[in-house]
Amino acid sequence: MAKYFSVQDLLTTLEAEILLDDGWIRDRICCVCASDLHSDIMAHSRPNSLLLTGLTTPQVIRTAEMAEMAAVCFIHGKMPHKETIELARKNQMPLVISPLSMYDACGRLHAAGLPSRDDIS
Amino acid sequence: MKKLPHIHKVQELVYELKIRDAAHETVTISPETMMSQVRQILRSKKITAAPVVGDNKLLGIVSVEDYINWVQDGGEDVPVSQRMSRDLVTLFEDEAMVDAIKDFDRYKYYEFPVLSRSSGELIGIVTRFDVIASLLKALDIDYYRKEISQYQRTNFFQETVSESTFLTFNYTVAGGEIGRGGEVASKLKKNLSYLGIHPEVIRRVAIVTYEAEMNLIIYGGGGQVKADLDCQKITVTVSDDGPGIDDVEKVMQPGFSTAPDWIRELGFGAGMGLPNIKNNSEQLSIDSKPGKGTRLKAIILWRCGRDGEPGDESETVAVPGKDGEVADETKESVGGLISDLGAGGDA
Repeated sequence: MAKYFSVQDLLTTLEAEILLDDGWIRDRICCVCASDLHSDIMAHSRPNSLLLTGLTTPQVIRTAEMAEMAAVCFIHGKMPHKETIELARKNQMPLVISPLSMYDACGRLHAAGLPSRDDIS
Repeated sequence: MKKLPHIHKVQELVYELKIRDAAHETVTISPETMMSQVRQILRSKKITAAPVVGDNKLLGIVSVEDYINWVQDGGEDVPVSQRMSRDLVTLFEDEAMVDAIKDFDRYKYYEFPVLSRSSGELIGIVTRFDVIASLLKALDIDYYRKEISQYQRTNFFQETVSESTFLTFNYTVAGGEIGRGGEVASKLKKNLSYLGIHPEVIRRVAIVTYEAEMNLIIYGGGGQVKADLDCQKITVTVSDDGPGIDDVEKVMQPGFSTAPDWIRELGFGAGMGLPNIKNNSEQLSIDSKPGKGTRLKAIILWRCGRDGEPGDESETVAVPGKDGEVADETKESVGGLISDLGAGGDA
């Protein structure tokens, strides 16, 4: 049985703050995809996942759109480009920022019980 | 604060709908009716107040409260004209619903008489319940219209009468503008979504188109993206007049890439684009020769009419195998097509 995470749980676990959301963020997020490669995100993700990434160019919003991510979380407290935020706004893609490293972010989410893509039947 | 789209619709409706859309006809009482009869009239009609009308003019309203006050004052039987409320707040039938809502809020009354603006005659009465009921009805009609419109779009291919129907989307992609990569895939994705195609199919088409579009920008120097839809498949064709591919089989290997460092730094060029396209399509062919450009054709199966579900190869082409198993012939033919890639495919 897949365990769903509420947005609040995710934000707390990642010490993250919402950068952009206008009621778009879905309350249940199924899983996490952590990657800095666009093709990997599309090849190895499930729809309605949280995307953890260090990519900050507008293309990451396109990739998240195609792969149907629920939200994009920028790690290391990286502030995305202005164009990235604009494109996210246009596509109603919620953005959050976490000060954690990719390693720590993944470690905490895993320890908190958020399943990886493969654990979901 | 979350935005609720249906709240916005209600906000529109309270300005669009008129009081007459909510008002209902009511029994009226003549001014000569005796107070002792009021209880029976209100009770039999299950109402809490009735307008008092004489000579086609609204004179007042007599409510349960007026009746109770009359009983409290001794109950001397008199015509209602002596005990009715004369200080009335009325609404005109052509006023917007929002006026009624404001007045309910302001006066705390349960109902308002509704008058014709031209004749001043009583048309009916409007209660809080009437307002809510008419809004719900309008929302329901709006929802129903949307459902119909969605149905018509989803069933475009079935409802269109011809021997074969194709829907084609054409896009031009400029070369080198990596920052615009994904615009075409995004537009195509929205169109497919508008047509009510299943999200799983859309995701596959979007990934195929996006990967091919990035290749077009990074390697091909720009070109054309075309998506052809019919009732069974979505064919994405991406062509350019760029430098072409030396060895098509080699570029299909996961991880093979000729991308320069700056492309890799942007998170592209990991050599997974074509394998991703292959994994998300039922058929893939690449026709390319050095100096002659590249033409990529990917086919994604779907079924029109069934909520735009993904296509199921086994359902249409499977033949029963030994031991009751189902042998899937299409899988083989697809495998054959992909292995033909080096020979230039069928494009």
